[in-house]
Amino acid sequence: MSEAPGTGPDSAAATAPGTVLEVRDLHIGATVYPPNEPPRDIEIVHGVSFAIEKGKVLGLIGESGAGKSTIGLAALAYGRGGVRITGGEVWLHGENILALPKSGIRGVRGRRVTYVAQSAAAAFNPAHRLGDQVVEAALKHGLMSRREARERARMLFETLGLPDPDSFGRRFPHQVSGGQLQRAMTAMALCPAPDLIVFDEPTTALDVTTQIDVLAAIKRAIEETDVAAIYITHDLAVVAQISDDIMVLRHGNTVEYGPVQQMIEAPREAYTRELLSIRSDIKPQAEDQSGALLQLEGIDAAYGEVPVLFDVSMHLPKGQTLAVVGESGSGKSTTARVITGLLPPRAGTVSFKGEPLPPALSRRSKEQLRQIQMIYQMADTAMNPRQTVAEIIGRPLGFYFGLKGGERARRVAELLDQIEMGQGFADRYPAELSGGQKQRVCIARALAANPELILCDEPTSALDPLVAEGILKLLMELQAETRVSYLFITHDIATVRAISDSIAVMYMGRVVRFGPKDEVLSPPFDDYTDLLLKSVPEMKLGWLERALASRRMDSAGN
Amino acid sequence: MSPVLALILKRIGIGVVLILAISALLFLGVEALPGDFAQNFLGQAATPEAVANIRRELGLDQPVMLRYLDWLGGVVIGDFGESWANGSSVSEQLGKRLANTLFLAAVAAVFAVPISVGLGVLAVFYRNRLPDRIINILSLAAISMPEFFVGYLFIFFFALQFGIGDGPPIIPDPRASVWENVQLVFLPAMTLVVVVIAHMMRMTRAAILNIMESAYVETAELKGLSMLRIIWKHAAPNAVAPIINVVALNLAYLVVGVVVVEVIFAYPGMGQYFVDAVTVRDIPVVQACGIVFAAVYIILNMLADVGAILANPRLRHPK
Repeated sequence: MSEAPGTGPDSAAATAPGTVLEVRDLHIGATVYPPNEPPRDIEIVHGVSFAIEKGKVLGLIGESGAGKSTIGLAALAYGRGGVRITGGEVWLHGENILALPKSGIRGVRGRRVTYVAQSAAAAFNPAHRLGDQVVEAALKHGLMSRREARERARMLFETLGLPDPDSFGRRFPHQVSGGQLQRAMTAMALCPAPDLIVFDEPTTALDVTTQIDVLAAIKRAIEETDVAAIYITHDLAVVAQISDDIMVLRHGNTVEYGPVQQMIEAPREAYTRELLSIRSDIKPQAEDQSGALLQLEGIDAAYGEVPVLFDVSMHLPKGQTLAVVGESGSGKSTTARVITGLLPPRAGTVSFKGEPLPPALSRRSKEQLRQIQMIYQMADTAMNPRQTVAEIIGRPLGFYFGLKGGERARRVAELLDQIEMGQGFADRYPAELSGGQKQRVCIARALAANPELILCDEPTSALDPLVAEGILKLLMELQAETRVSYLFITHDIATVRAISDSIAVMYMGRVVRFGPKDEVLSPPFDDYTDLLLKSVPEMKLGWLERALASRRMDSAGN
Repeated sequence: MSPVLALILKRIGIGVVLILAISALLFLGVEALPGDFAQNFLGQAATPEAVANIRRELGLDQPVMLRYLDWLGGVVIGDFGESWANGSSVSEQLGKRLANTLFLAAVAAVFAVPISVGLGVLAVFYRNRLPDRIINILSLAAISMPEFFVGYLFIFFFALQFGIGDGPPIIPDPRASVWENVQLVFLPAMTLVVVVIAHMMRMTRAAILNIMESAYVETAELKGLSMLRIIWKHAAPNAVAPIINVVALNLAYLVVGVVVVEVIFAYPGMGQYFVDAVTVRDIPVVQACGIVFAAVYIILNMLADVGAILANPRLRHPK
């Protein structure tokens, strides 16, 4: 930080009046420790510049690894992990904060610039009450008295639409819902009345129906307090609702930077257009949906004494895709557990190829097990980190077909080809793969059993949009090739539109709507499907306001 | 009933069952020891008749099960029977000895716990810098030295060379003030402090460092708080459970592992009592000491578990 120039009035004068934050030619680096190689320094942000005026919001967008969060945290002169700011200037109201000593930086953080993290659930201290954490920065920086701070927190809770603002602060983090926590974190960031707030993917971890409310609350709070903000996300549709300017980042470089309207309606760069056009091609639904490879009839299920599924019925024809949608806790994954036999139902039957399956896993034959395989959301934790790709994919080959040695190796190579990864990956460990590659290996492992049905439990929701797009394409190609059927669990309506033949909408353990895709997605809707569909961000300016005005029911937790 | 209370009662119940199980193991274990008290006691005069007489007198001719239940019944009301060696009441002797041992352990704990937790916090504060390294090296050195060695070093340097503190034998005087007795047991207490401090300090450091990686510590840093406040206010409360656990384990060690130190300093505590009883096969005393040691261990661990349950805000403030 020593190479940053001083904070003299000359350089400050260059900042335009009304500008809260100006970042000039920011360079950020880190030291990486590759296995079996000496550690080396790399640069992750290569000279990024932007400016934000009072009351304005800059949206930073890009895929993971683009440097969004790193740039956002630089506004607090903070480097996460081993990250260092190696060059450039960050001017906050005419003062280069990178040139400040440690104590000066502490005076910026939590006082003039605040931060809202992606996972509020992890960012709140579980040992303290929410209210104490919300007012802490304001008190420790001596900005107001305890009474004033409490009063301001109460006012912010109200602005953000939190329930019971008078006593909300008495609760502990684990006592409120995820959407409420995210809003409480926004209140915490607003409490010291900062000049700038950095929002780091504040709605990414939320359900789509909750996201819309939090988004609206954040937007209202920004307007009312006239604070400047950086809003980081990978979802262009979200950032379009809230920003004045947008900067598209890729590999630590600025791809395009301009006013929101121009970026959405007339993007100049190919990469921006690519981000805009994700999932524009939609697969037509299958004509004949009468047969049933898999049929669920009247399933009731419970965890211990707590009932979670009520009278769930649906069916899936061979070679087709059934999408199961709904928010977290609606029973999507539990339905998959019932199908696999991990959770025997209390009532109802699961039929496969016209034969009822034994309810419990232990009663199913090896052949029945082979025909139903799974892909999980977290490819990371679904693989043994100490096994190579060849071992992971080879296991079902040995287990179901007794393949050994050269024969097994040949089949592994075939499968690697099928998932569009070369044979060079056979000896790699999961830790050496990217997120998309890990998910591909999981798909190959499922395919190795030659299944008739693959249960996909949110396989793309942890991935970047463009990577997710690739995975979906692969799944569709494999379906065309092998006539495998998918039961695809997701909360992402865009994915559903793109790949499904039929859809089951689940809400609070029940199927509220089931049928062919075109029928389910056409009005008249029941209230929940209406809410769900209207909550999906659209790449249009003013979508947020229109959606809030026209929906018929409130999302859960409000 | 609140879930916390239910959890705590369950934990206490497990503790009671454990103590019962250990009492049975202890009784049977001692029973299985080779050698015979009567043989040993009579030495040259061990005629078959005399041995049988003594065995009858001590009730050794009864079935094991009966003797166990008889003994357990006594233990429950605090009666540990009579010493075979001198016929005195074990409970009475044990009471005095236990009081001495607990006193020594308490003095050691009063020093060891705050010092080790404090050093642990300090080590986190200066993580990977010189003070942290010095603390680490010293604690490693302390943990590597056996307590008899530390005890003799202390006696040699402090008591003999510099005249600080008393050397063996150290016999607490019930009539003297607490402060005088604290001064009296200073050297054995410090020996114990050296033995337990390193483990507690290292666990405290590790527990807090683990928490320092969490997202809410980053939140605190981004609030512009001072490092000391972050450690103390945001990290330490979440590290309480593991710290309580290691403290309890070491407190138990202070009571149970004190045997060697008591022998070195000729201190009339449980440890010496135990060692003496083993040498003459005074079974009732061995059993009594064993069950008391086990109970101390189990009770302290139980308290640690209860403490950890109470330290968890999710359990203290249910939804």
